[in-house]
Amino acid sequence: MSENFIRFQKVTKDYGTVRVVEDLDLDIARGEFVSLLGPSGSGKTTLLMMLAGFETVSAGAIVLDGQKINDLPTYKRDMGVVFQNYALFPHMSIAKNVAFPLDMRGTARAETAERVQKALDMVQLGHLADRLPGQLSGGQQQRVALARALVFEPRVVLMDEPLGALDKQLREQMQLDIRDLHHRLGLTIIFVTHDQDEALTMSDRIAVFNHGQIQQCASPREVYDHPANRFVAEFIGETNLLEGTVSAISGETLTLTLPGGASFQSHGLPGFSTGDKGLLSLRPERIDIYPQGEAPAGVNTLAGEVTDTVYQGDHLRVVIETAAGRIIARINRKVSEWENGAKVSLGFRAQDGWVIAP
Amino acid sequence: MKGSPRLRALILIAPLLFFLGLFFVWPLITVITQSVSDPAVSRVLPRTADLIGDWDGEGAPSAEIQAAFRADIVGATDDQAVGDVTRRLNSSKSGFRSLMGKTVTAVRENPDVDLAEVDKRWADPAFWKAIQDNASPYTDSFLLAAVDMERDSAGSVVAMKEGTSANFTILMRTLWTSALVMLCCLVIGLPYAMIAASVTGWKRAVLLGAVLLPLWTSLLVRTAAWMIILQDNGIINQVLTGLGITSGPLALIYNRFGVVLAMTHVLLPFMVLPIYSVLITVPGNLMSAAASLGAHPIRAFLRVLLPLSLRGVISGALLVFMTSIGYYITPALLGGAGDQMISSVIAEYATRSANWSMAAAIGLILLVLTLALYAVYNRLSRDPIQAR
Repeated sequence: MSENFIRFQKVTKDYGTVRVVEDLDLDIARGEFVSLLGPSGSGKTTLLMMLAGFETVSAGAIVLDGQKINDLPTYKRDMGVVFQNYALFPHMSIAKNVAFPLDMRGTARAETAERVQKALDMVQLGHLADRLPGQLSGGQQQRVALARALVFEPRVVLMDEPLGALDKQLREQMQLDIRDLHHRLGLTIIFVTHDQDEALTMSDRIAVFNHGQIQQCASPREVYDHPANRFVAEFIGETNLLEGTVSAISGETLTLTLPGGASFQSHGLPGFSTGDKGLLSLRPERIDIYPQGEAPAGVNTLAGEVTDTVYQGDHLRVVIETAAGRIIARINRKVSEWENGAKVSLGFRAQDGWVIAP
Repeated sequence: MKGSPRLRALILIAPLLFFLGLFFVWPLITVITQSVSDPAVSRVLPRTADLIGDWDGEGAPSAEIQAAFRADIVGATDDQAVGDVTRRLNSSKSGFRSLMGKTVTAVRENPDVDLAEVDKRWADPAFWKAIQDNASPYTDSFLLAAVDMERDSAGSVVAMKEGTSANFTILMRTLWTSALVMLCCLVIGLPYAMIAASVTGWKRAVLLGAVLLPLWTSLLVRTAAWMIILQDNGIINQVLTGLGITSGPLALIYNRFGVVLAMTHVLLPFMVLPIYSVLITVPGNLMSAAASLGAHPIRAFLRVLLPLSLRGVISGALLVFMTSIGYYITPALLGGAGDQMISSVIAEYATRSANWSMAAAIGLILLVLTLALYAVYNRLSRDPIQAR
């Protein structure tokens, strides 16, 4: 397994005077599932288009399997691309669509037929081979597109928000299907999405994009629990941010003192010195709520009053007004229920917080 | 408000229906009727025409028919109409002219005279047969003549003698010229539409504007402009001779070249727009998808874009063809004597020789041709998904 199967080296893309991707470095291993996650206009799709060869690279190099492919035309790149709008050929039957890449490669007729059937069976659409794309539902069309992108065993599979046009249930089913295919076939997949749940569900690594740069590239757990900066912390999931000053450092535990005088023990990014400004990111589901004064010893506590509760089925969203500002907590309804106006103590452990640079 | 929605809708479109009926349906029916009607004989000899249809053609007709004939002659006071009938009958069976003259005089003297005694030719079924053949108020002779055919004396359809009529030749020339124009429009229009569909912003606006401009200009103005450009001392010839490329002016006008050129110019929008409108519905990334699947741009074009634009090509081609078979002004102004199209023949019959039936008959042939093409168009331009 070569560690750096795909390498982006200082890749830059300019549209006129607008720089959409800037000095971007990213290495992707063979067999890895990497999601490019970010708001629209963050450069994630442009990066994918450059990898596919639909867009030129303004500066830098893209290397695939040791070969620089900047100037290699798309049709020689051997990458399967799945588009958001499916991009099936409307005048060809499903079978013809899936056979297209094999025809282009001059595969023998019998082998083509066999591989097409196999690919369609893989996405459970073998029985619809003779239909036209327009006669299929969106989910079926996207599965055909998937089969078409996989049938020629491409070196890399690129997916550009492939599930964006599907409804929620179908999308979740397809997420699991694609993840399963990834594991079963050992595919290298680069998956562009703006849906964080999708990225968290499917990826080996998530590259979080903003303003044409990668803010953080790490495993879903790492990106969620240990965001590299404020953008990542806010973009992925929901978080409470409390600003303060680092007043002590002991191993991996920092002490953050808030302007109001309260101070908390929390884990955080390495590299802080005493006296630095720090931002405590506290995930709502990591906060426990106790009746005032009843928080156990050894945890950070913060007194406050419940001002709003929102019933959300599997959990309760509780808004608490504290001296440090408004805190949102998410609690399991099995554990406790809270009414508006209740005086409470919030508690969280040092490992439940994460201090980042403001 | 009371009244069923259906009735209200009907009232709303009533002016339109009235307009269509008065200016479209009614004239159409008139033209069709005109092209097949031949009332000369049946109008003058109504009683005979009624009865002679039952005659078996063997021997002299019954006394009843003969009596009807005599009564018709007595009743026919308009000598000019009788003259028309005589001419018509004489063209079916020679000898009728003298026979009718003799008979009319005799019958007017004595309404009950025995026809066979007036002239023994009345005992010959051939003369009665001529009346029977012409008695119907309807005839196919105009329609046959429109394509240079006629009925011989035995009643079977045969081609007219060569040199008698050029309708068929001109019809074929019309079809050929139209096909040529269609081909020229296709060769220019297909790449043009593809380019227009692939660019965006002001470039697309300019390309579409350029192709629509001819539609916004009067046909006569456009044709006149071509006359100025193409004539012997026009811009093109002046430049060519001025640069010494040709020694004398090229014949660009008053020939087929000028006609096809100007018609292509005028009809190009009808080719470009249908192809363009099909192409812009093609998702932009189909070609990207084809490339990612390993298709060289040329193969991607042949396998994806070309088949997808075919529906527009068929629409455009038939639209251009159907429009150009009816062209009149452009061939008349830019063509020579040998480039006139079928419309000018219709105009000739209608305005110069006042032969409305012939004009209507040729018009009907043209209409049927167009309808047939329209049926083809309808079939080919149907959505393949809906067609299943």
